[in-house]
Amino acid sequence: MIALLRRDLAIATRAGGGFGLGLAFFLVVVVLVPFGVGPETSVLTRIAPGVLWIGALLACLLSLDRMFALDYEDGSLDLLATAPIPLEGVVAVKALAHWLTTGLPLTLMAPLLAVLLNLPPQGFVWLVVSLALGTPALSVIGAFGAALTVGLRRGGLLLSLLVLPLYVPTLIFGAEAARRGAEGMEAGTPLALLTGISLGCAALMPFAAAAALRVNLR
Amino acid sequence: MLSAANLAISRGGVPVLSGLSFTLARGEALILRGPNGIGKTTLLRTLAGLQPPLAGQVAAGEDAVAYAGHADGVKPTLSVAENLAFWARVFGQDDIAPALAAFDLAGLESRAAQNLSAGQKRRLGLARMMVTGRPVWMFDEPTVSLDSASVALFAAAVRAHLAAGGAAVMATHIDLGLSEARVLELAPFRAGATAVPGGTDDRAYDGQGAGAARRGAFDGDDDAGAFL
Repeated sequence: MIALLRRDLAIATRAGGGFGLGLAFFLVVVVLVPFGVGPETSVLTRIAPGVLWIGALLACLLSLDRMFALDYEDGSLDLLATAPIPLEGVVAVKALAHWLTTGLPLTLMAPLLAVLLNLPPQGFVWLVVSLALGTPALSVIGAFGAALTVGLRRGGLLLSLLVLPLYVPTLIFGAEAARRGAEGMEAGTPLALLTGISLGCAALMPFAAAAALRVNLR
Repeated sequence: MLSAANLAISRGGVPVLSGLSFTLARGEALILRGPNGIGKTTLLRTLAGLQPPLAGQVAAGEDAVAYAGHADGVKPTLSVAENLAFWARVFGQDDIAPALAAFDLAGLESRAAQNLSAGQKRRLGLARMMVTGRPVWMFDEPTVSLDSASVALFAAAVRAHLAAGGAAVMATHIDLGLSEARVLELAPFRAGATAVPGGTDDRAYDGQGAGAARRGAFDGDDDAGAFL
């Protein structure tokens, strides 16, 4: 399983792996927002946590369809399904690799972009904490969506339609925690719920995704 | 090592083969023959456990089967050695040198797989079987895009595997010169080939009648070695 993780990280960070794609997309979305809503700092401050969370969520979505589709096309998925690693483990490792190449860099870059949206400095730490706790859920829920749509041509759009509604609870509690942090309020409750969502998804989604993959491999 | 009993398989919900039984013992190779669309790939995928049979049983040892499909499972941005080492580690092995040597890939180790020719890529895909450490090899059209020298390398690798106590099942149209291989013609097992006139019920295709007789002629007694 470590070999699989290392391979996925190597592929993602090499040419054509799409490592920087999500980050660049996040940057562009966040930069576009002030152009859209105007430069008034009080408005930006108010919407900053939500915009940063939505940007991170959409950036996560961007690379999801590659998670299994590439392995499906070149036959690796068939071979992994007959390998000694359980398919649930394959899903979990691939979701982890997706998080390490998407969710984690987004989390680390978010405070830099928060400056552009005039987020108060006291909110930076809560923004990072909420993203760090919430983005794993985005990756594992996305793994389930990617497994469902793996055999489809142009499955990316369907994947977005399937996965975005499932992202709603994560978005609500993640953005709420970041907002409360920015306003100097206590953010423990939404963070606890966010952590619960992430842990629950990480525990259950690999099984659902592996079942979907087995059906799609037939 | 591998046996199938009264196997019926379907592709996309349509039954393609039925009433298929065979056993494969150590050191044996089975070559699947039949026209396009007869279900060779589907049969191999069923034997490898990638899809469930419609009826009947496949008995294979735990973690016995290594499968090589139409696609090679080669990552274009990884080098030859990285590709092979990855699969070796997945299967708990660590030595890739014999596989590189057997398929004449030595000297290409550090080349990215996207810069390989189609034949070289296929050789890399076949070399992967050697690093699985699994006893039963399954190949789906292994010789596609291979030149005659590479086909000879492949035949030699399979022969060495059989001599070491392994077994192989392959769907191929090319004569590999494997004298020890048994050929299984799939045409007589086509689902519906034995249908009684007017019978459209799937159960009529289960090979209870003529199919069973034919099967009996094919697998002789149940002793694994009595095939040839």
